[in-house]
Amino acid sequence: MNDEIAAPATDRIAIPPETLKMTARDVDVFYGAKQAIEKVSIDIGMDHVTAFIGPSGCGKSTFLRTLNRMNDTIPIARVTGQIELDGENIYDASMDVVQLRARVGMVFQKPNPFPKSIFENVAYGPRIHGLSTSKAELEEIVEKSLVRAGLWDEVKDRLTESGTALSGGQQQRLCIARAIAVDPEVILMDEPCSALDPIATAKIEELIHELRGRYAIVIVTHNMQQAARVSQRTAFFHLGTLVEYGETSDLFTNPQKERTKDYITGRYG
Amino acid sequence: MSLFSLFFLILGLAAIGWITARMRAMRMRPAAPAPRPHSLPGYHGWYVALWLAIPALAFLVLWSILMPGLVEQWVLASPAAQALPAADIQRTAILSEAHALADGSLSAAFNEEARALVPAFQEANSFYGTIGIVATLLLAFAGGGFAFLRVRPDFRARNRVEKLVMWVLLLASLIAILTTVGIVASLLFETIVFFDRISITEFLFGTHWNPQSATAGGDEGSFGAIPLFWGTILIGAIIAMIVAIPLGLMSAVYLTQYARPRVRSIMKPVLEILAGVPTVVYGYFAALTVAPAVRDFAVNILGVSSASSESAIAAGVVMGVMIIPFVSSMADDSLAAVPGAMRDGSLAMGATSSETIKRVLIPAALPGIVGGVLLAVSRAIGETMIVVMAAGLAANLTANPFESVTTVTVQIVQLLTGDQEFNSSKTLAAFALGLVLFIVTLLLNIIALSVVKRFREAYE
Repeated sequence: MNDEIAAPATDRIAIPPETLKMTARDVDVFYGAKQAIEKVSIDIGMDHVTAFIGPSGCGKSTFLRTLNRMNDTIPIARVTGQIELDGENIYDASMDVVQLRARVGMVFQKPNPFPKSIFENVAYGPRIHGLSTSKAELEEIVEKSLVRAGLWDEVKDRLTESGTALSGGQQQRLCIARAIAVDPEVILMDEPCSALDPIATAKIEELIHELRGRYAIVIVTHNMQQAARVSQRTAFFHLGTLVEYGETSDLFTNPQKERTKDYITGRYG
Repeated sequence: MSLFSLFFLILGLAAIGWITARMRAMRMRPAAPAPRPHSLPGYHGWYVALWLAIPALAFLVLWSILMPGLVEQWVLASPAAQALPAADIQRTAILSEAHALADGSLSAAFNEEARALVPAFQEANSFYGTIGIVATLLLAFAGGGFAFLRVRPDFRARNRVEKLVMWVLLLASLIAILTTVGIVASLLFETIVFFDRISITEFLFGTHWNPQSATAGGDEGSFGAIPLFWGTILIGAIIAMIVAIPLGLMSAVYLTQYARPRVRSIMKPVLEILAGVPTVVYGYFAALTVAPAVRDFAVNILGVSSASSESAIAAGVVMGVMIIPFVSSMADDSLAAVPGAMRDGSLAMGATSSETIKRVLIPAALPGIVGGVLLAVSRAIGETMIVVMAAGLAANLTANPFESVTTVTVQIVQLLTGDQEFNSSKTLAAFALGLVLFIVTLLLNIIALSVVKRFREAYE
């Protein structure tokens, strides 16, 4: 199987240049001396939901975090290779990480609303980035974000209540609203439903459908059914490498690599 | 045999009991097919040793409390005691002299009557002493024998010993609590006596403090404690906190958020050493270095002619420095307790580190930080050495930090040092001050701990 790892073309699809949002080339990630990601190259398109699947510890979340440089917060993590956002290398010295993260937002595995009011949670990003000049404008952004996150009807009468008092699924949609509020171009979701019940999960999946096209969405999931439901493209990671990347329907019905086939048929993982 | 050597004899017997019971239990181990004995041999050893020692030692303690009374009764009943004077004070003096002569701690008698009582004392001592020794040894053998006979393979010695261990631990924790209750009770008792003489409103709201001029009868008008309360607040709660809160908080933020692990591993222990410096050393520093510098600065540069060499600001600033580690370590704990997901969430929005700290971490950690500050205030107002050495004695009611003020703790020290009669208003005032201090620090601690606890619950 070694020839598979060495295979240069993991891509089975060509993304047209006009919808290309992010490209990664030969990305390695090290935690101290340990290599977590090896030579991952991938293209992420604007008008699709891209899913990263793979067994636990395969590096899919680690790779996701390189896309908005969240690995910078881990002192021992080191990233090499090239990742571009609209043709700009995000690891270049001239790239401001604050602006990068405003353009590439992130939703985490466990809902992590701030211990502030619902309104303040959503207003947080616009405030720190100075996106509004008046209170009315800020209120408008907050409302628009909550509407898009499908939470507005549930919370419009209690915007001053604490965000942490919401249910788990509502908290996660609040976190999505918070990410949307700074008007990002890409939204990274790191197993956003793994802490939620099936109904809340269904709502988030529905929301991902609605957000598709407006934002480039990358979702990490260990749930293959979820990847099949929400994504148009799927990348299969194993042991720190990208094994196969293709149209979701194609990858699930007709995997080209032995390891992909083993994984999606449930032989391991 | 003295009670002291008896004590060690009992301990020796207990050790022998432990060894023999353990050996007996070991020998009783049945052959393989039979069920294993319930308890390990060591538990049987402890069971016997404890049964041997505890009743005997308990009796010994009781006896050593009772014996002097019994001896005195014996002596008073003796024919030689009939010649004693009826006056209580003389009687007591002669009796205690005779007692000292009898056990040889005094060689020459001052009163002739005392010499006559010596034989009676010696007789009584040896009689009751013998009773004590015999009874103690009997109890030891009875207890040890009883326990020794119960050593059987199926005897649950382990459960008995474990239960006893629990009682011992309970007793140990009760001693600390009972001591606290005792201290509070004694404070309360003396304070009630004080408030019989000086009205409570006069004490709590009066603005004139000059107990040295008060006469023995209780002089209204000299015990207004407001200047002391104000001085305590000015030094401990205002000046010290102005120094300690920003510095402590900023050092906690640096240590938790910015410092690399290596730097943190050096700086945190160093900061904690600051908390271990004896307060008397801070006192020197305040009195000899900071206070003169502050006075010179105030007089020469600010032109405050009333600046004292025992200024509130010198004591307050040094106390603030002393408190920094407390504020810092509480704030450090609170910041570290904020889930990492909060920080990641904020950073992922494109917030900078300082925005994340200011807008997310500190608000989230605020209850813990406030709790830490309240604990620090409670410590600062109870602090004594720094203010005794650097804050002065004059009970001024002033907001000028360059002037001398005094604090509750300083005045307690003043009122209780040197020769004092314990029933003068002056001395009793110290207890009233102590009670006020106790209540205030207790309230602060309760509030602080409940705030911190609620915060902890929120994240667990």
